[in-house]
Amino acid sequence: MSTTTATHHDEHHGHPTGIMRWVASTNHKDIGTMYLWFSFTMFLFAGAMAMGIRAELFQPGLQFVDPHTFNQLTTLHGLIMIFGAIMPAFVGFANWQVPMMIGAPDMAFPRLNNMSFWLLIPAAILLISSIFVPGGAVAGGWTMYPPLAIQGGLSMDMSILALHILGISSIVGSINIITTIFNMRAPGMTLMKMPMFVWTWLITAYLLIAAMPVLAGALTMLITDRHFGTTFFDAAGGGDPVLFQHVFWFFGHPEVYIMILPAFGILSTIIPTFARKPLFGYASMVYATTAIAVLSFVVWAHHMFTTGMPVAGQLFFMYSTMLISVPTGVKVFNWVATMWKGSMTFETPMLFSIAVVFLFTIGGFSGLVLAILPVDIQLQDTYYVVAHFHYVLFSGAAMAIMGGVYYWLPKWTGHMYDETLGKWHFWLTTIAFNVTFFPMHFTGLAGMPRRIPDYSLQFTEFNMISSLGAFVLGLSQLLFLYVVIKCIRGGAKAKDKAWEGAEGLEWTVASPAPFHTFETPPTVK
Amino acid sequence: MSQNAKNYYLPSPSLWPLIASIALFLMASGFAMFLNKIEPGQYVLITGFLVLAYLMYGWFSEVIRESIAGFFNKQVDRSFRWGMGWFIFSEVMFFFGFFGALFYARNVSVPWIADAQLLWPGFVATWPTAGPGIELTGTMGAWGLPAINTLILLTSGATLTWAHWGLMKNNRQQLTIGLVLTVLLGAAFLFLQAHEYAEAAFTIKTGIYGTTFYMLTGFHGLHVTMGAIMLAFILLRVIKGHFDAKNHFAFEAVAWYWHFVDVVWLFLFIFVYWL
Repeated sequence: MSTTTATHHDEHHGHPTGIMRWVASTNHKDIGTMYLWFSFTMFLFAGAMAMGIRAELFQPGLQFVDPHTFNQLTTLHGLIMIFGAIMPAFVGFANWQVPMMIGAPDMAFPRLNNMSFWLLIPAAILLISSIFVPGGAVAGGWTMYPPLAIQGGLSMDMSILALHILGISSIVGSINIITTIFNMRAPGMTLMKMPMFVWTWLITAYLLIAAMPVLAGALTMLITDRHFGTTFFDAAGGGDPVLFQHVFWFFGHPEVYIMILPAFGILSTIIPTFARKPLFGYASMVYATTAIAVLSFVVWAHHMFTTGMPVAGQLFFMYSTMLISVPTGVKVFNWVATMWKGSMTFETPMLFSIAVVFLFTIGGFSGLVLAILPVDIQLQDTYYVVAHFHYVLFSGAAMAIMGGVYYWLPKWTGHMYDETLGKWHFWLTTIAFNVTFFPMHFTGLAGMPRRIPDYSLQFTEFNMISSLGAFVLGLSQLLFLYVVIKCIRGGAKAKDKAWEGAEGLEWTVASPAPFHTFETPPTVK
Repeated sequence: MSQNAKNYYLPSPSLWPLIASIALFLMASGFAMFLNKIEPGQYVLITGFLVLAYLMYGWFSEVIRESIAGFFNKQVDRSFRWGMGWFIFSEVMFFFGFFGALFYARNVSVPWIADAQLLWPGFVATWPTAGPGIELTGTMGAWGLPAINTLILLTSGATLTWAHWGLMKNNRQQLTIGLVLTVLLGAAFLFLQAHEYAEAAFTIKTGIYGTTFYMLTGFHGLHVTMGAIMLAFILLRVIKGHFDAKNHFAFEAVAWYWHFVDVVWLFLFIFVYWL
């Protein structure tokens, strides 16, 4: 990492005002803000769907929704959380932080940057309005496997096209990020001096640019199989439904790392700040991130162990999957070593980060369990899988996002957030999260299948516990919303360097960060 | 990096991104309606295309005006290069997905269907095949039209490079002739490809062979079409006197794209037509 001297000028054109400031924006901070609010809206929306799921699962039998509605809820909850909440949140962080962290005035392509954001809106409209078309929203699971995806109605086409648009948005966004990082760094900011968050986003952008076009291919095959008589996924024509799973997971597994690598970057920023020590093993962190990214392209079929693959294939994907735990372990080790003998304080961002290190590791371990072929054949499509991916996606990605929001809110708004309420939000979220999802390990091991609105009586107690936890978890996020709004409207004035131990160029500019930063590049030593 | 840049170039606020979003919304919702035979889907779709055409014309014109006004420094030029390069990489990955489907069908799904004699007794794994449930009504050999098309595309790559040489030594005549030849060769390729489609004894519905054949060559043809349109606009700009020996990234970007389309064709020729 680097020490810096910065000169920043804030002359000519100030804020464009009114609605044009947002719709015509070419400012990375405004676009980042739009991304973050979009993500928060979608997070609450898809969270409300999860509340519907948990209400139905509170006890056996059918109470609130019919099975078809339940299937729509699980499918849309997955699609919207992944493509609407988590990915845009990270792009929001990238927009706000990457230019400031590398000493650039903005993204390399400011107009394309705004296009990436505004493409989210038609996609969201298509996805959400598909609930109201005849036949209801997509209901075959977020992975859209054929033959169900071939049989679905109008909403299936709307969702496929929505995902196409999101793919364009992601590809354009990642080209922008790659170009920004390679071409806009301030003099002296060599690659190995870049903040870890920038590194993780660089690698994530490469994952996106390699994986999203493959998803576009899979979606296109679905459309043509549905409407133009191709037989990619039809055995009578020489195709195979499993082909879709291969193409989809070739995208889908890198996608998992797209959703976690920026979270790793956020952790690697927050933990050194509050441990008041530089990040332990910076170079190994870079190499580990790269290794995870490369490996993520050769593990996809571990999602498909029960599709009748040859044993050689199963073994290959089992071992390659286990191999990923090595670089991931390097990261966890480095975070712990960063904290070791640090002079630690426990503000809300740090609490979130420590919780993520701990809970993500649990999710990583349950992932290792699922990677073991014979075990996976038993656990495939049970609640154990649901528990596993919520430990990596909620207590990994989403809670890292929350920690990151608390960490940079002072820089974004110029105010300190309410520390007491922040801590309340943290403890409520963390406890309720574990109450919700930890019991799912047990119901899954006992054989409760996922994506089913009803269940056998012996699972009742654990499901009641899960549902109660989920309701608290859902309500706690409204507290988060309140804390964020309160912080935007006022609060203690944030210093330029809001955190005592914070390092990096973004802390050399005023809080809130001026509309334009680094119009002339700062010098990094 | 930016040692030589005193000031960065920042574009002023722009409505084009919003128009792009409107265009794609119209196209996607119109296409979804059209596929499900809901009125007035096709008109919404066409409106979307028109908005998209307006968008591309307007946005690109604006960038060209900025370029001619000299707003772009070396750093912006480098950004364009990075951007175009990785855009082409994303296109490579798109084709990779479809080639993957082709290899999977040839090496995995067809042999497996033949192995499962229970379902379709007597089905033998061969390539080309339309699968056990569909009759294979014809195939496409490599050494007729496709070979001529290969020659045409490779020649067009050469004429484009020749045009580039002309541009670099300020020989506008060589540049113009080279570009005209390239556009004509591209059009000839598309014409022959359309002819091949019209004469083919099988359709996109002819099982996995027809599926992979038409999807791969179709997407390639679409890319050739886009490349030819881009080349035509570059030609128009050349005629208007744009570009000089040092400053012509738009030309290079389209040339990169054209060569990419060339390379994809070589893989198509080998794996779709020949082997």
